[in-house]
Amino acid sequence: MLFVQAIQWILDGSHWSVVNFQAGIAQELADHLWISFVAVVFTAAVALPIGLFIGHTGKGRAGAVVIANVARAVPTLGLLSVLLVMWLAFPPTVLVFVLLGVPPLLAGAYAGLESIDRQTIDAARAVGMTERQILFQVELPLAAPLILGGLRSSTLQIIASVALVSNFGINSLGDFILGGLAANDFVQMTAGAILVTVLALLVDGVLAVLQRLAAPRGVSRGRGPSTARVRRLPVAPRGAPIPEGK
Amino acid sequence: MSIEFRHVRKTYPDGTTAVEDFSVTIPSHSTTVFVGSSGCGKTTLLRMINRMVDPSEGEVLIDGEPVSGIEPVALRRRIGYVMQNSGLLPHRTVLDNVATVPVLTGTPKAKARQEALAQLDRVGLDRSLANRYPGQLSGGQQQRVGVARGLAADPNILLMDEPFGAVDPIVRDELQQELLRLQRELGKTTVFVTHDIDEAFLLGSQVVILQRGGIIAQIGSPAEILAHPASDFVADFVGAKRGKRRLTAEERSAGDDVLLVDAGGYPAGVISAPDGRLILAGAGPKSRSVSNKTDQAGDA
Repeated sequence: MLFVQAIQWILDGSHWSVVNFQAGIAQELADHLWISFVAVVFTAAVALPIGLFIGHTGKGRAGAVVIANVARAVPTLGLLSVLLVMWLAFPPTVLVFVLLGVPPLLAGAYAGLESIDRQTIDAARAVGMTERQILFQVELPLAAPLILGGLRSSTLQIIASVALVSNFGINSLGDFILGGLAANDFVQMTAGAILVTVLALLVDGVLAVLQRLAAPRGVSRGRGPSTARVRRLPVAPRGAPIPEGK
Repeated sequence: MSIEFRHVRKTYPDGTTAVEDFSVTIPSHSTTVFVGSSGCGKTTLLRMINRMVDPSEGEVLIDGEPVSGIEPVALRRRIGYVMQNSGLLPHRTVLDNVATVPVLTGTPKAKARQEALAQLDRVGLDRSLANRYPGQLSGGQQQRVGVARGLAADPNILLMDEPFGAVDPIVRDELQQELLRLQRELGKTTVFVTHDIDEAFLLGSQVVILQRGGIIAQIGSPAEILAHPASDFVADFVGAKRGKRRLTAEERSAGDDVLLVDAGGYPAGVISAPDGRLILAGAGPKSRSVSNKTDQAGDA
């Protein structure tokens, strides 16, 4: 029972501090999360302003779709190798994952803004809101669930892919998978895979709760079906080429 | 607060002309209605007043001051705007929706909400609805909130873009009466856009009938237009030509009421005529309130 043994391997307290004379689960987990966190922050810093600009003005949408598609087509492992060979360090690692994380969040941001009833925005403008007030008081609150949906996809992809950095000697939960493979220790390998999966699902769950909480009250409350609508939308943002990363 | 359109023209980049050479003066403290079929440019003209649309040529003036010289956001905050489907913010309560403009102009939130409650009374909405969200209201209630929001900052000018177009005929009737009452109380300079000629005649002291391209087919009081349509187009539009408004008294009538029928032979209403003598209620369009009920219901 490989799976049961892998669970036992994870539950073994000593593996949390040291594995094969190297970093244990706690250390690898912290490193994995740190790289993921930095990558998500940079992803948001790049994708949110661009996505909100496109969604608010309706300009540059075609360009963004092309760039997002190209970014998605880039082979992560290949790019990681090229960058690390050229410049072995932390920054390029993060850059690769930002490239991976930008498309879903970008799509979530502009699809979120585009999904708002044009009449609502027109009315906000007609009663005398400035463009900034329209963005922060109308568009962002109404688009919040879709934007967070995009962030969820980005985060999930990043956490799952960060394991690849272990190929290049940088600490991550991928170390257990690669180490196990090298030593023919399939229990450790499975344990590593389980750890990455559980981490990704846990973080996704937290973000899912946030997404629920972010649904504007007037839109989700008092009308049963609309709650479901808000939750389902992120799967297929209008015109977005990106499926939800599950 | 009179509004003047001076040789206004609107051409879009793709070459279509929405409005060509439109000039009209809208007197203050009364209701002017722009009426016409879809695509006649009536909404475009309305939106030029608060700079939601800027004319390609010509000028719109408020009390002699060109609006092109006023910053759009500041201008819009002092002009009430009510639109079809209310345009309320779905994530804000009724009260916060009504208080939108006062809060934007710096009124403290608590005070703005207090005043918004009074606005709800004014438009005939129960205060118990104050903490609901727009999605929880009926279409008619939403429109009332829309009107309350339009009036909240006490603007001198009120723009209404087919505000009652999407509600059912009975509610529309109520809302129209409510608006007439408000107008008597407040005396705003109101510009109202509709495609419904009955609504135009009911609400407007001045009615502007528009043809495609914002060309004025006729301008005048409802009585003037009905009595002297300027062209076949106008006669057709107001229904005089089709015989909808050409009423004759039916011979056989019981009691003091005489049945009126239109040129098509359909019963259009009754008029009281004790002992066979018509009671004349002063000249003018007043009689239409008894004469065209079926007409209105039929159009709806």
